[in-house]
Amino acid sequence: MTAVEPAEAASGPPPRHRIELAALQGTWRHELALFRRYWRSQSFASMFEPTFMMLAFGYGFGSLMAVIGDYRYLDFVGTGMVGTAALFTSVFPGMFNAYIRRVFQHTYDAMLATPLDVHELVTGEVTWIAAKSSVYGCAPLIVAMAFGLDPSAGMLLVPLIVFVTALGFGLLGMWTSTIVPSINSFDYVITGVVTPLFLVAGTFFPISALPGWVHVAAQFNPLLHCVELVRHAVFGVRPLADAGHFGVLLLFAALMWVLAVRGMRRRLIG
Amino acid sequence: MTTARSLAGASSSPSGGGGPAIALRGVVKRFGGLAAVDGLDLEVPAGICLGLLGPNGAGKSTTMRMLTAQALADEGTIEVLGHPIPRESKRARAQMGVVPQQDNLDEELTARENLEVFARLYRVPRAGRRAAVDAALALAHLTGRQHTRVDDLSGGMRRRLLIARGLVHRPRLVLLDEPTVGLDPQLRAELWGLIDALRAGGTTVLMSTHYIEEAERLADECALMSHGRVTARGTPADLIARHAGSSVVEHYGPPERLAEVESLARAAGLPTRRTGPSVSVLRAESIPDSLADALGPDGVRRAANLEDVFVVLTGEQVD
Ligand SMILES: Nc1ncnc2c1ncn2[C@@H]1O[C@H](COP(=O)(O)OP(=O)(O)O)[C@@H](O)[C@H]1O
Ligand SMILES: [Mg+2]
Repeated sequence: MTAVEPAEAASGPPPRHRIELAALQGTWRHELALFRRYWRSQSFASMFEPTFMMLAFGYGFGSLMAVIGDYRYLDFVGTGMVGTAALFTSVFPGMFNAYIRRVFQHTYDAMLATPLDVHELVTGEVTWIAAKSSVYGCAPLIVAMAFGLDPSAGMLLVPLIVFVTALGFGLLGMWTSTIVPSINSFDYVITGVVTPLFLVAGTFFPISALPGWVHVAAQFNPLLHCVELVRHAVFGVRPLADAGHFGVLLLFAALMWVLAVRGMRRRLIG
Repeated sequence: MTTARSLAGASSSPSGGGGPAIALRGVVKRFGGLAAVDGLDLEVPAGICLGLLGPNGAGKSTTMRMLTAQALADEGTIEVLGHPIPRESKRARAQMGVVPQQDNLDEELTARENLEVFARLYRVPRAGRRAAVDAALALAHLTGRQHTRVDDLSGGMRRRLLIARGLVHRPRLVLLDEPTVGLDPQLRAELWGLIDALRAGGTTVLMSTHYIEEAERLADECALMSHGRVTARGTPADLIARHAGSSVVEHYGPPERLAEVESLARAAGLPTRRTGPSVSVLRAESIPDSLADALGPDGVRRAANLEDVFVVLTGEQVD
């Protein structure tokens, strides 16, 4: 907020994409206050869900098809589940928190009366979500290690991969929260969008097992790129391919940011 | 109310140097086909409490929301604390406190946490944040309940917290949108004390209300708003003198009698208003003797008040 604009621009729209750290810190402070209250239940769910899934899938399928391609099935699922954790811990808070705080609690309305603009609100909310996801996203890896996955230096990249993935999906959730007519409509989004994303990403079985056209369509699923990146980080980086995967995730996040900010602005500024 | 005063005492002259705290010129805001604000001109000088008085639907809340750029005007120009809106809205918002009509506290957090979050959002420097939160709690008389979750606070406590939240950063300008709507008379009086102290501390206050008594008690000046524009403006005494005269005569009686009084007064060019079982003739001091004889001796004389002005100018009844 340093440049003084010419007077004729005075009534025009406010500058759109400047993001002030102080504004983000305000939203993080709000999240922190809530997190202090809910971290126990949230953390419990994020740790134990992958554990149960791993047990179920590991002992269910694992004994039948012990190897997928070059991977042990348990290693395949453990790394795949990092992707599902990244998806679920971002898209759901993105949808529900944004909807509840905007429509039911009017928290966003209150916050926007302070020196905080809509694009900063969206950015603050999603960076918090993604930071949490990047922690919770590691839970399946830790569980997998307990099931015999070998630790590797590349694993240190996983939080970053999950962070960028969660940015995109958190923003997807926030964007859909500005589209749905009521909170119950999220059922359609979950069944029609989130579940297919989660199933066709090579998390629990390789997509090569699916028909050709699904294989092609899956390339447009950001979660697939996340899962690929995670597997490569854990089992061996492939620089060129991985730069591509990472680029897709960044592009997805950028696109979702534009859509989420636009949707929220439409809903919050009359 | 020393805490209120110290909290409010941060006022200094506006950055434009003596300009008005708020200036709206020719502002229009439409929702679909409806012009909620329809050519509004309004200036609020720094340091006063201006009562924005108008019936429900007059456009008071919409006006408030435009001042924080949470609603964007279709036409006209808006300046708040010397900053053009919405262009420099953020800088204006940093120095203003907003108390919305609709309670939007975070119910899942405690009173203190709500204030801590907003101290941060309003960018109170770290060193002063704790003291700012303590002062706001004291102002709202909630120090003893600071660790109670908002959904466990009573309606009156929530209102006080809502006001305190808008004051936590010692704003130069405070927007109060119907601050006491729906509260019982005792709680209302309590909040009036709080608002009064704020004004006494030099903070500029724009307060919307449809309670005449509230405007009369708290406002240095009133702007009467109706159908999206200001129809009259002045000190309460000013407005009364101009639109209702100094005294009013109330006549009681059966409907035929009331109708008769009405037509007699109107014929003499005097404004009237109906209040349930009575008709009031305004500007009673200028009733000519001939009319006084015709009206008869059954009238009860009283001083004119702001309510008379409100009813005459807006055509609305008061609740
Ligand atoms: N977001 C909105 N969409 C459509 N109409 C609105 C909206 N906000 C306010 N209005 C309408 O604008 C008019 C003025 O409303 P408001 O500013 O809330 O009045 P007041 O606060 O004086 O009661 C009303 O007729 C109201 O229904
Ligand atoms: Mg209103």
